Amino acid sequence: MRVLEPFIGLVKGLWVTLRSMFEKPVTVQYPEHKKQVKPRFRGRHVLKRYENGLEKCIGCALCAAACPADAIFVESSENTDGTRFSPGERYASTYEINMLRCIYCGFCEDACPTEAIVLGDNYELSFTDRRQAIYPKEMLIDPVPVGGQSTPQKTEPGKFTRSVPEMKDPRD
Amino acid sequence: MTLGNILEWLIKGFVWVLILLGGFAYLTYYERRALARIQVRIGPNRAGPFGLLQPIADAIKLIFKEEFMPARADKLLFVLAPIVTLTPALVITAVIPFGNEPFSLFGRSINWYIADINVGVLYIMSIASIAVYGIVLAGWSSNNKYAMLGGLRSTAQMISYELALGLSFVTVILLAGSSRMIDIVEAQRTGWFMLLQPVGMVIFLIATLAEVNRAPFDMPEAEQELAAGYHSEYGGMKFALLFMAEYDKMIAICTIAAALFFGGYLGPDLSSLPVVGGFLKYVQGPMYMFLKVFILLFGMIWVRATLPRIRYDRLMAFGWKILLPLSLALIFVTACGILLAQEVNPLFRFGIPLVSLVAGFIALLGMYQTLRRKENARA
Repeated sequence: MRVLEPFIGLVKGLWVTLRSMFEKPVTVQYPEHKKQVKPRFRGRHVLKRYENGLEKCIGCALCAAACPADAIFVESSENTDGTRFSPGERYASTYEINMLRCIYCGFCEDACPTEAIVLGDNYELSFTDRRQAIYPKEMLIDPVPVGGQSTPQKTEPGKFTRSVPEMKDPRD
Repeated sequence: MTLGNILEWLIKGFVWVLILLGGFAYLTYYERRALARIQVRIGPNRAGPFGLLQPIADAIKLIFKEEFMPARADKLLFVLAPIVTLTPALVITAVIPFGNEPFSLFGRSINWYIADINVGVLYIMSIASIAVYGIVLAGWSSNNKYAMLGGLRSTAQMISYELALGLSFVTVILLAGSSRMIDIVEAQRTGWFMLLQPVGMVIFLIATLAEVNRAPFDMPEAEQELAAGYHSEYGGMKFALLFMAEYDKMIAICTIAAALFFGGYLGPDLSSLPVVGGFLKYVQGPMYMFLKVFILLFGMIWVRATLPRIRYDRLMAFGWKILLPLSLALIFVTACGILLAQEVNPLFRFGIPLVSLVAGFIALLGMYQTLRRKENARA
Protein backbone atom coordinates (compact mmCIF):
# COMPACT_ATOMS: atom_id res chain seq x y z
CA MET A 1 0.00 0.00 0.00
CA ARG A 2 3.00 2.31 -0.33
CA VAL A 3 1.30 3.61 -3.44
CA LEU A 4 -1.30 5.31 -1.31
CA GLU A 5 1.29 7.06 0.85
CA PRO A 6 1.28 10.38 -1.03
CA PHE A 7 -2.50 10.40 -0.92
CA ILE A 8 -2.57 9.60 2.80
CA GLY A 9 0.00 12.33 3.37
CA LEU A 10 -2.23 14.79 1.56
CA VAL A 11 -5.24 13.88 3.68
CA LYS A 12 -3.18 14.05 6.87
CA GLY A 13 -1.96 17.52 5.94
CA LEU A 14 -5.47 18.72 5.25
CA TRP A 15 -6.59 17.27 8.57
CA VAL A 16 -3.84 19.12 10.43
CA THR A 17 -4.82 22.47 8.93
CA LEU A 18 -8.51 21.85 9.54
CA ARG A 19 -7.86 20.92 13.16
CA SER A 20 -5.80 24.04 13.74
CA MET A 21 -8.85 26.09 12.73
CA PHE A 22 -10.49 25.17 16.01
CA GLU A 23 -7.58 26.09 18.22
CA LYS A 24 -7.69 29.25 20.27
CA PRO A 25 -6.06 32.09 18.32
CA VAL A 26 -2.76 33.28 19.69
CA THR A 27 -3.42 36.87 18.61
CA VAL A 28 -3.30 39.54 21.31
CA GLN A 29 -5.72 42.38 20.58
CA TYR A 30 -3.00 44.90 21.36
CA PRO A 31 -4.39 48.30 22.28
CA GLU A 32 -7.23 46.73 24.28
CA HIS A 33 -5.30 43.87 25.82
CA LYS A 34 -1.69 44.36 26.81
CA LYS A 35 0.41 41.46 27.87
CA GLN A 36 2.26 41.70 31.17
CA VAL A 37 5.95 42.11 30.41
CA LYS A 38 8.51 39.80 31.99
CA PRO A 39 10.24 40.94 35.23
CA ARG A 40 13.57 41.53 33.52
CA PHE A 41 12.06 43.24 30.45
CA ARG A 42 14.12 46.19 29.26
CA GLY A 43 11.81 48.99 28.20
CA ARG A 44 11.99 52.77 28.47
CA HIS A 45 14.35 54.10 31.13
CA VAL A 46 13.06 55.46 34.41
CA LEU A 47 15.02 57.71 36.78
CA LYS A 48 14.21 56.66 40.33
CA ARG A 49 13.74 58.72 43.50
CA TYR A 50 14.27 57.97 47.18
CA GLU A 51 11.25 57.72 49.49
CA ASN A 52 11.72 61.30 50.62
CA GLY A 53 11.57 62.51 47.03
CA LEU A 54 15.26 63.13 46.42
CA GLU A 55 16.57 61.93 43.06
CA LYS A 56 18.82 58.90 43.09
CA CYS A 57 20.81 60.18 40.14
CA ILE A 58 23.98 61.98 41.21
CA GLY A 59 25.06 63.09 37.75
CA CYS A 60 28.21 60.94 37.65
CA ALA A 61 27.71 60.15 33.94
CA LEU A 62 28.92 56.57 34.34
CA CYS A 63 25.82 55.51 32.37
CA ALA A 64 26.87 57.79 29.51
CA ALA A 65 30.33 56.26 29.63
CA ALA A 66 28.95 52.73 29.62
CA CYS A 67 26.48 53.37 26.82
CA PRO A 68 27.68 51.56 23.67
CA ALA A 69 25.35 53.60 21.47
CA ASP A 70 26.28 56.96 22.97
CA ALA A 71 22.63 57.65 23.59
CA ILE A 72 22.89 59.28 27.01
CA PHE A 73 23.94 62.84 27.71
CA VAL A 74 24.45 63.98 31.32
CA GLU A 75 25.42 67.39 32.65
CA SER A 76 25.88 67.79 36.39
CA SER A 77 25.68 70.74 38.77
CA GLU A 78 26.46 71.33 42.45
CA ASN A 79 23.91 70.59 45.18
CA THR A 80 23.60 72.93 48.12
CA ASP A 81 21.58 72.39 51.25
CA GLY A 82 19.33 75.21 50.13
CA THR A 83 18.53 73.67 46.76
CA ARG A 84 19.10 69.94 47.04
CA PHE A 85 18.12 67.57 44.21
CA SER A 86 20.02 64.46 45.27
CA PRO A 87 22.18 63.31 48.16
CA GLY A 88 25.86 64.18 47.97
CA GLU A 89 27.67 66.88 46.09
CA ARG A 90 26.20 66.84 42.61
CA TYR A 91 23.03 66.13 40.70
CA ALA A 92 22.14 65.80 37.02
CA SER A 93 20.97 69.16 35.83
CA THR A 94 20.53 67.78 32.29
CA TYR A 95 19.76 64.17 31.61
CA GLU A 96 18.79 63.22 28.05
CA ILE A 97 18.43 59.89 26.33
CA ASN A 98 18.11 59.66 22.58
CA MET A 99 15.60 56.87 22.12
CA LEU A 100 16.55 56.41 18.48
CA ARG A 101 20.13 55.59 19.44
CA CYS A 102 19.36 53.50 22.50
CA ILE A 103 19.64 49.76 21.95
CA TYR A 104 18.08 48.81 25.30
CA CYS A 105 21.11 46.77 26.34
CA GLY A 106 20.80 47.78 29.98
CA PHE A 107 24.48 48.62 30.44
CA CYS A 108 23.50 51.98 31.94
CA GLU A 109 21.53 50.12 34.58
CA ASP A 110 24.59 48.02 35.40
CA ALA A 111 26.91 50.99 35.48
CA CYS A 112 24.78 53.13 37.78
CA PRO A 113 26.27 53.28 41.29
CA THR A 114 23.00 54.42 42.92
CA GLU A 115 20.49 52.31 40.96
CA ALA A 116 19.02 55.55 39.73
CA ILE A 117 18.45 54.50 36.13
CA VAL A 118 16.31 51.41 35.53
CA LEU A 119 14.96 50.05 32.30
CA GLY A 120 11.23 49.98 32.97
CA ASP A 121 8.32 48.14 31.43
CA ASN A 122 7.08 50.82 29.03
CA TYR A 123 7.60 49.77 25.42
CA GLU A 124 5.12 52.17 23.83
CA LEU A 125 7.55 54.72 22.48
CA SER A 126 6.43 56.63 19.48
CA PHE A 127 7.34 60.01 18.10
CA THR A 128 6.78 61.76 14.83
CA ASP A 129 10.08 63.57 14.45
CA ARG A 130 13.65 63.11 15.56
CA ARG A 131 13.64 65.96 18.05
CA GLN A 132 10.91 64.19 20.01
CA ALA A 133 13.12 61.12 20.22
CA ILE A 134 15.33 62.87 22.78
CA TYR A 135 13.69 62.26 26.13
CA PRO A 136 14.68 64.92 28.71
CA LYS A 137 14.90 64.39 32.45
CA GLU A 138 11.32 65.54 33.02
CA MET A 139 9.99 62.67 30.91
CA LEU A 140 12.25 60.04 32.44
CA ILE A 141 11.99 60.79 36.13
CA ASP A 142 9.58 58.97 38.43
CA PRO A 143 6.77 60.95 40.07
CA VAL A 144 7.36 62.07 43.63
CA PRO A 145 6.33 59.25 46.03
CA VAL A 146 3.63 59.74 48.65
CA GLY A 147 5.08 61.43 51.69
CA GLY A 148 8.03 62.82 49.77
CA GLN A 149 8.73 66.31 48.57
CA SER A 150 9.55 67.38 45.08
CA THR A 151 13.01 68.61 44.22
CA PRO A 152 14.74 70.99 44.83
CA GLN A 153 14.39 70.49 48.58
CA LYS A 154 15.61 72.56 51.48
CA THR A 155 17.54 70.21 53.76
CA GLU A 156 19.35 70.54 57.08
CA PRO A 157 23.12 70.68 56.67
CA GLY A 158 25.22 67.57 57.16
CA LYS A 159 22.42 65.06 56.61
CA PHE A 160 22.86 64.13 52.94
CA THR A 161 26.61 63.93 52.59
CA ARG A 162 26.86 60.46 51.17
CA SER A 163 26.03 60.35 47.47
CA VAL A 164 26.08 56.55 47.05
CA PRO A 165 23.77 54.76 49.51
CA GLU A 166 24.60 51.54 51.28
CA MET A 167 23.13 48.75 49.15
CA LYS A 168 22.55 45.02 49.15
CA ASP A 169 23.19 42.78 46.17
CA PRO A 170 20.40 43.05 43.60
CA ARG A 171 17.93 40.21 43.58
CA ASP A 172 17.26 39.95 39.88
CA MET B 1 -36.24 39.54 -29.57
CA THR B 2 -38.03 42.44 -28.04
CA LEU B 3 -36.82 45.51 -26.22
CA GLY B 4 -38.02 43.92 -22.99
CA ASN B 5 -35.78 40.90 -23.53
CA ILE B 6 -32.74 43.04 -24.15
CA LEU B 7 -33.53 45.15 -21.13
CA GLU B 8 -33.95 42.03 -19.02
CA TRP B 9 -30.55 40.69 -20.10
CA LEU B 10 -28.90 44.00 -19.47
CA ILE B 11 -30.34 44.36 -16.01
CA LYS B 12 -29.66 40.75 -15.07
CA GLY B 13 -26.12 40.98 -16.39
CA PHE B 14 -25.55 44.23 -14.56
CA VAL B 15 -26.88 42.86 -11.29
CA TRP B 16 -24.80 39.72 -11.66
CA VAL B 17 -21.64 41.71 -12.36
CA LEU B 18 -22.33 43.78 -9.26
CA ILE B 19 -22.80 40.58 -7.26
CA LEU B 20 -19.53 39.22 -8.62
CA LEU B 21 -17.63 42.40 -7.78
CA GLY B 22 -19.09 42.53 -4.29
CA GLY B 23 -18.42 38.81 -4.04
CA PHE B 24 -14.81 39.43 -4.99
CA ALA B 25 -14.42 41.99 -2.22
CA TYR B 26 -15.91 39.71 0.38
CA LEU B 27 -14.09 36.66 -0.95
CA THR B 28 -10.82 38.38 -0.09
CA TYR B 29 -12.22 39.00 3.39
CA TYR B 30 -13.43 35.40 3.63
CA GLU B 31 -10.07 34.08 2.52
CA ARG B 32 -8.13 36.25 4.91
CA ARG B 33 -10.33 35.28 7.83
CA ALA B 34 -10.27 31.57 6.98
CA LEU B 35 -6.51 31.54 6.39
CA ALA B 36 -6.01 33.38 9.65
CA ARG B 37 -8.08 30.85 11.56
CA ILE B 38 -6.12 28.00 10.01
CA GLN B 39 -2.90 29.73 11.08
CA VAL B 40 -4.34 30.17 14.61
CA ARG B 41 -4.72 33.93 14.14
CA ILE B 42 -7.84 36.10 14.09
CA GLY B 43 -7.48 37.96 10.81
CA PRO B 44 -8.79 41.39 9.84
CA ASN B 45 -11.23 42.49 12.55
CA ARG B 46 -10.53 46.20 12.93
CA ALA B 47 -12.43 47.97 10.15
CA GLY B 48 -16.08 47.89 11.13
CA PRO B 49 -17.84 45.09 13.02
CA PHE B 50 -15.83 41.86 12.63
CA GLY B 51 -13.67 43.69 10.10
CA LEU B 52 -16.50 43.65 7.59
CA LEU B 53 -15.47 47.03 6.17
CA GLN B 54 -11.94 45.81 5.43
CA PRO B 55 -12.61 45.17 1.70
CA ILE B 56 -13.94 48.73 1.39
CA ALA B 57 -10.84 50.11 3.08
CA ASP B 58 -8.70 48.06 0.69
CA ALA B 59 -10.66 49.33 -2.29
CA ILE B 60 -10.26 52.97 -1.21
CA LYS B 61 -6.54 52.44 -0.74
CA LEU B 62 -6.15 50.85 -4.18
CA ILE B 63 -8.16 53.55 -5.95
CA PHE B 64 -6.09 56.36 -4.46
CA LYS B 65 -2.75 54.79 -5.25
CA GLU B 66 -0.57 56.37 -7.89
CA GLU B 67 -1.01 54.92 -11.35
CA PHE B 68 2.48 53.85 -12.20
CA MET B 69 3.69 52.53 -15.53
CA PRO B 70 7.17 51.30 -16.44
CA ALA B 71 8.86 53.66 -18.92
CA ARG B 72 9.53 51.00 -21.56
CA ALA B 73 6.18 49.25 -21.15
CA ASP B 74 3.82 48.82 -24.07
CA LYS B 75 1.37 51.50 -22.98
CA LEU B 76 -1.74 50.28 -24.80
CA LEU B 77 -1.41 46.62 -23.87
CA PHE B 78 -0.33 47.47 -20.34
CA VAL B 79 -3.63 49.25 -19.80
CA LEU B 80 -5.63 46.74 -21.79
CA ALA B 81 -4.30 43.60 -20.11
CA PRO B 82 -6.15 43.92 -16.79
CA ILE B 83 -9.39 44.55 -18.66
CA VAL B 84 -8.80 41.56 -20.92
CA THR B 85 -8.17 39.45 -17.84
CA LEU B 86 -11.20 40.61 -15.94
CA THR B 87 -13.83 40.43 -18.68
CA PRO B 88 -13.77 36.62 -19.20
CA ALA B 89 -13.89 36.12 -15.45
CA LEU B 90 -17.08 38.16 -15.34
CA VAL B 91 -18.86 36.80 -18.41
CA ILE B 92 -18.05 33.12 -17.91
CA THR B 93 -20.86 32.56 -15.43
CA ALA B 94 -23.57 33.89 -17.75
CA VAL B 95 -24.78 30.39 -18.59
CA ILE B 96 -24.94 29.07 -15.04
CA PRO B 97 -28.51 28.49 -13.82
CA PHE B 98 -29.03 29.59 -10.24
CA GLY B 99 -32.53 28.28 -9.79
CA ASN B 100 -35.34 26.55 -11.66
CA GLU B 101 -38.35 28.44 -10.37
CA PRO B 102 -38.93 31.55 -12.52
CA PHE B 103 -40.38 34.49 -10.62
CA SER B 104 -42.56 37.17 -12.10
CA LEU B 105 -41.67 40.81 -11.99
CA PHE B 106 -43.51 43.61 -13.84
CA GLY B 107 -45.61 40.98 -15.58
CA ARG B 108 -42.58 39.17 -16.95
CA SER B 109 -41.46 35.69 -16.02
CA ILE B 110 -37.82 35.97 -15.09
CA ASN B 111 -35.48 33.00 -14.97
CA TRP B 112 -32.53 32.47 -12.66
CA TYR B 113 -29.97 32.57 -15.43
CA ILE B 114 -28.71 35.19 -17.85
CA ALA B 115 -28.39 33.08 -20.99
CA ASP B 116 -29.72 29.65 -21.79
CA ILE B 117 -27.67 28.36 -24.69
CA ASN B 118 -27.54 24.76 -25.78
CA VAL B 119 -23.73 24.68 -25.86
CA GLY B 120 -23.31 26.05 -22.36
CA VAL B 121 -20.35 23.84 -21.49
CA LEU B 122 -18.54 24.76 -24.71
CA TYR B 123 -19.14 28.42 -23.92
CA ILE B 124 -17.53 27.95 -20.54
CA MET B 125 -14.58 26.13 -22.08
CA SER B 126 -13.94 28.79 -24.69
CA ILE B 127 -14.21 31.72 -22.29
CA ALA B 128 -11.96 29.94 -19.82
CA SER B 129 -9.23 29.70 -22.44
CA ILE B 130 -9.53 33.38 -23.35
CA ALA B 131 -8.71 34.32 -19.77
CA VAL B 132 -5.05 33.44 -20.26
CA TYR B 133 -4.53 36.14 -22.89
CA GLY B 134 -4.83 38.92 -20.37
CA ILE B 135 -2.24 37.33 -18.14
CA VAL B 136 0.23 36.78 -20.97
CA LEU B 137 -0.32 40.32 -22.22
CA ALA B 138 0.17 41.69 -18.72
CA GLY B 139 3.41 39.77 -18.41
CA TRP B 140 4.68 40.77 -21.83
CA SER B 141 3.69 44.43 -21.86
CA SER B 142 5.33 45.09 -18.49
CA ASN B 143 8.76 44.73 -20.14
CA ASN B 144 10.03 42.90 -17.10
CA LYS B 145 11.62 39.51 -17.36
CA TYR B 146 9.96 38.12 -14.24
CA ALA B 147 6.56 39.31 -15.35
CA MET B 148 7.24 37.77 -18.75
CA LEU B 149 8.21 34.47 -17.17
CA GLY B 150 5.05 34.55 -15.09
CA GLY B 151 2.96 35.07 -18.20
CA LEU B 152 4.71 32.25 -20.02
CA ARG B 153 4.33 29.87 -17.11
CA SER B 154 0.67 30.74 -16.99
CA THR B 155 0.20 29.86 -20.66
CA ALA B 156 2.02 26.56 -20.41
CA GLN B 157 0.11 25.63 -17.31
CA MET B 158 -3.26 26.61 -18.74
CA ILE B 159 -2.72 24.69 -21.95
CA SER B 160 -1.66 21.60 -20.04
CA TYR B 161 -4.51 21.60 -17.58
CA GLU B 162 -7.16 22.80 -20.00
CA LEU B 163 -7.01 19.34 -21.59
CA ALA B 164 -7.78 17.52 -18.38
CA LEU B 165 -10.41 20.12 -17.55
CA GLY B 166 -12.12 19.81 -20.92
CA LEU B 167 -12.07 16.02 -20.78
CA SER B 168 -13.62 15.99 -17.32
CA PHE B 169 -16.33 18.26 -18.77
CA VAL B 170 -16.91 15.58 -21.38
CA THR B 171 -17.70 12.94 -18.76
CA VAL B 172 -20.38 15.25 -17.40
CA ILE B 173 -21.80 15.86 -20.88
CA LEU B 174 -21.92 12.11 -21.43
CA LEU B 175 -23.68 11.48 -18.14
CA ALA B 176 -26.21 14.25 -18.68
CA GLY B 177 -26.66 13.60 -22.38
CA SER B 178 -26.64 17.33 -23.06
CA SER B 179 -24.29 20.26 -22.94
CA ARG B 180 -27.01 22.67 -21.87
CA MET B 181 -26.32 23.72 -18.30
CA ILE B 182 -29.92 23.42 -17.12
CA ASP B 183 -30.18 19.88 -18.52
CA ILE B 184 -26.95 18.99 -16.77
CA VAL B 185 -28.24 20.24 -13.42
CA GLU B 186 -31.65 18.62 -13.90
CA ALA B 187 -29.98 15.30 -14.78
CA GLN B 188 -28.52 15.31 -11.28
CA ARG B 189 -31.91 15.03 -9.59
CA THR B 190 -31.36 11.29 -9.23
CA GLY B 191 -27.83 11.69 -7.93
CA TRP B 192 -25.11 14.25 -8.10
CA PHE B 193 -22.42 13.58 -10.67
CA MET B 194 -19.82 13.65 -7.94
CA LEU B 195 -21.25 10.28 -6.89
CA LEU B 196 -21.40 8.90 -10.43
CA GLN B 197 -18.01 10.24 -11.45
CA PRO B 198 -15.96 10.93 -8.29
CA VAL B 199 -12.61 10.70 -10.02
CA GLY B 200 -13.81 13.10 -12.73
CA MET B 201 -14.74 15.53 -9.99
CA VAL B 202 -11.29 15.28 -8.44
CA ILE B 203 -9.65 15.89 -11.82
CA PHE B 204 -11.94 18.83 -12.40
CA LEU B 205 -11.09 20.39 -9.04
CA ILE B 206 -7.35 19.89 -9.51
CA ALA B 207 -7.43 21.26 -13.05
CA THR B 208 -9.45 24.29 -11.98
CA LEU B 209 -6.91 25.07 -9.28
CA ALA B 210 -4.27 25.13 -12.01
CA GLU B 211 -6.57 27.08 -14.30
CA VAL B 212 -7.14 29.94 -11.85
CA ASN B 213 -3.49 29.94 -10.70
CA ARG B 214 -4.28 29.09 -7.13
CA ALA B 215 -1.92 27.42 -4.70
CA PRO B 216 -0.43 24.82 -5.02
CA PHE B 217 -0.36 25.65 -8.74
CA ASP B 218 0.34 29.38 -8.39
CA MET B 219 3.57 29.28 -10.39
CA PRO B 220 2.65 32.31 -12.59
CA GLU B 221 2.67 34.55 -9.53
CA ALA B 222 5.18 32.77 -7.36
CA GLU B 223 6.41 35.50 -5.03
CA GLN B 224 9.61 33.75 -4.05
CA GLU B 225 10.68 32.89 -7.58
CA LEU B 226 9.23 35.58 -9.83
CA ALA B 227 8.60 38.60 -7.60
CA ALA B 228 4.82 38.23 -7.99
CA GLY B 229 5.07 37.18 -11.65
CA TYR B 230 2.84 38.73 -14.26
CA HIS B 231 1.48 41.51 -12.06
CA SER B 232 4.75 42.63 -10.52
CA GLU B 233 4.72 45.93 -12.46
CA TYR B 234 1.09 46.69 -11.71
CA GLY B 235 -0.15 48.90 -8.93
CA GLY B 236 -3.25 50.76 -7.87
CA MET B 237 -6.47 50.15 -9.73
CA LYS B 238 -4.85 48.16 -12.55
CA PHE B 239 -3.49 45.72 -10.02
CA ALA B 240 -6.91 45.67 -8.39
CA LEU B 241 -8.40 44.60 -11.72
CA LEU B 242 -5.96 41.70 -12.05
CA PHE B 243 -6.61 40.73 -8.47
CA MET B 244 -10.34 40.99 -9.04
CA ALA B 245 -10.06 38.78 -12.11
CA GLU B 246 -8.26 36.14 -10.10
CA TYR B 247 -10.85 36.06 -7.34
CA ASP B 248 -13.80 36.31 -9.71
CA LYS B 249 -12.33 33.35 -11.56
CA MET B 250 -12.34 31.49 -8.28
CA ILE B 251 -16.00 32.29 -7.76
CA ALA B 252 -16.80 31.42 -11.37
CA ILE B 253 -14.99 28.13 -11.26
CA CYS B 254 -16.73 27.21 -8.01
CA THR B 255 -20.17 27.96 -9.45
CA ILE B 256 -19.27 25.85 -12.48
CA ALA B 257 -18.06 23.01 -10.27
CA ALA B 258 -21.23 23.27 -8.20
CA ALA B 259 -23.39 23.12 -11.32
CA LEU B 260 -21.51 20.27 -12.98
CA PHE B 261 -20.74 17.94 -10.10
CA PHE B 262 -22.59 19.05 -6.97
CA GLY B 263 -26.13 19.33 -8.25
CA GLY B 264 -26.17 23.09 -8.87
CA TYR B 265 -29.30 24.63 -7.42
CA LEU B 266 -30.72 21.27 -6.31
CA GLY B 267 -31.19 20.46 -2.66
CA PRO B 268 -33.86 19.40 -0.17
CA ASP B 269 -37.15 21.01 -1.18
CA LEU B 270 -38.18 23.65 1.35
CA SER B 271 -41.27 25.01 -0.44
CA SER B 272 -43.65 23.02 1.80
CA LEU B 273 -42.45 24.77 4.94
CA PRO B 274 -45.07 26.95 6.65
CA VAL B 275 -44.96 30.77 6.34
CA VAL B 276 -41.64 31.09 4.50
CA GLY B 277 -42.26 28.20 2.08
CA GLY B 278 -43.86 30.33 -0.60
CA PHE B 279 -40.89 32.64 -0.63
CA LEU B 280 -38.33 29.85 -0.34
CA LYS B 281 -39.82 28.15 -3.36
CA TYR B 282 -38.20 30.85 -5.47
CA VAL B 283 -34.99 31.52 -3.59
CA GLN B 284 -34.02 28.02 -2.47
CA GLY B 285 -32.18 27.42 -5.76
CA PRO B 286 -29.85 30.42 -5.41
CA MET B 287 -29.56 29.63 -1.71
CA TYR B 288 -28.28 26.11 -2.31
CA MET B 289 -26.02 27.40 -5.04
CA PHE B 290 -24.55 29.98 -2.70
CA LEU B 291 -24.04 27.37 0.00
CA LYS B 292 -22.23 25.03 -2.37
CA VAL B 293 -20.05 27.79 -3.77
CA PHE B 294 -19.24 28.89 -0.23
CA ILE B 295 -18.11 25.40 0.72
CA LEU B 296 -16.14 24.91 -2.49
CA LEU B 297 -14.40 28.25 -1.95
CA PHE B 298 -13.47 27.11 1.51
CA GLY B 299 -11.97 24.03 -0.08
CA MET B 300 -9.76 26.23 -2.27
CA ILE B 301 -8.64 28.32 0.69
CA TRP B 302 -8.04 25.19 2.73
CA VAL B 303 -5.86 23.67 0.03
CA ARG B 304 -3.93 26.92 -0.23
CA ALA B 305 -3.30 26.90 3.50
CA THR B 306 -2.10 23.31 3.41
CA LEU B 307 -0.05 22.55 0.33
CA PRO B 308 3.23 24.12 -0.75
CA ARG B 309 3.76 25.12 -4.37
CA ILE B 310 4.80 22.15 -6.51
CA ARG B 311 7.86 22.19 -8.72
CA TYR B 312 7.29 23.26 -12.30
CA ASP B 313 8.49 20.09 -14.06
CA ARG B 314 6.35 18.02 -11.72
CA LEU B 315 3.37 20.21 -12.48
CA MET B 316 3.84 19.53 -16.18
CA ALA B 317 4.49 15.82 -15.66
CA PHE B 318 1.40 15.56 -13.47
CA GLY B 319 -0.76 17.31 -16.05
CA TRP B 320 0.43 15.42 -19.10
CA LYS B 321 1.41 12.01 -17.77
CA ILE B 322 -1.25 11.46 -15.11
CA LEU B 323 -4.28 13.71 -15.49
CA LEU B 324 -4.60 13.55 -19.28
CA PRO B 325 -4.49 9.73 -19.64
CA LEU B 326 -6.68 9.34 -16.58
CA SER B 327 -9.37 11.66 -17.89
CA LEU B 328 -9.29 9.90 -21.26
CA ALA B 329 -9.76 6.60 -19.45
CA LEU B 330 -12.64 8.09 -17.50
CA ILE B 331 -14.39 9.13 -20.70
CA PHE B 332 -13.99 5.58 -21.99
CA VAL B 333 -15.34 4.12 -18.75
CA THR B 334 -18.26 6.54 -18.64
CA ALA B 335 -19.21 5.96 -22.26
CA CYS B 336 -19.03 2.16 -21.86
CA GLY B 337 -21.05 2.34 -18.66
CA ILE B 338 -23.78 4.41 -20.29
CA LEU B 339 -23.86 2.15 -23.33
CA LEU B 340 -24.10 -1.01 -21.22
CA ALA B 341 -26.77 0.57 -19.04
CA GLN B 342 -28.83 1.35 -22.13
CA GLU B 343 -28.34 -1.96 -23.93
CA VAL B 344 -27.97 -4.58 -21.20
CA ASN B 345 -28.93 -3.59 -17.69
CA PRO B 346 -29.46 -0.15 -16.03
CA LEU B 347 -27.41 -1.38 -13.08
CA PHE B 348 -24.26 -0.93 -15.19
CA ARG B 349 -24.59 2.77 -14.46
CA PHE B 350 -23.31 2.06 -10.99
CA GLY B 351 -20.27 0.40 -12.50
CA ILE B 352 -19.05 3.81 -13.67
CA PRO B 353 -17.91 5.08 -10.27
CA LEU B 354 -16.43 1.72 -9.33
CA VAL B 355 -14.40 1.31 -12.49
CA SER B 356 -13.31 4.93 -12.44
CA LEU B 357 -12.09 4.54 -8.87
CA VAL B 358 -10.00 1.61 -10.11
CA ALA B 359 -8.70 3.87 -12.87
CA GLY B 360 -7.91 6.52 -10.29
CA PHE B 361 -6.00 3.95 -8.26
CA ILE B 362 -3.98 2.99 -11.32
CA ALA B 363 -3.26 6.68 -11.84
CA LEU B 364 -2.00 6.90 -8.26
CA LEU B 365 0.23 3.94 -9.06
CA GLY B 366 1.56 5.77 -12.10
CA MET B 367 2.07 8.87 -10.00
CA TYR B 368 4.02 6.83 -7.51
CA GLN B 369 6.20 5.45 -10.28
CA THR B 370 6.93 8.70 -12.12
CA LEU B 371 6.66 11.51 -9.59
CA ARG B 372 8.07 9.81 -6.51
CA ARG B 373 11.22 11.29 -5.09
CA LYS B 374 13.80 8.75 -6.11
CA GLU B 375 16.13 8.16 -3.20
CA ASN B 376 18.97 6.61 -5.14
CA ALA B 377 18.73 8.70 -8.26
CA ARG B 378 22.02 10.52 -7.61
CA ALA B 379 23.94 7.64 -6.09
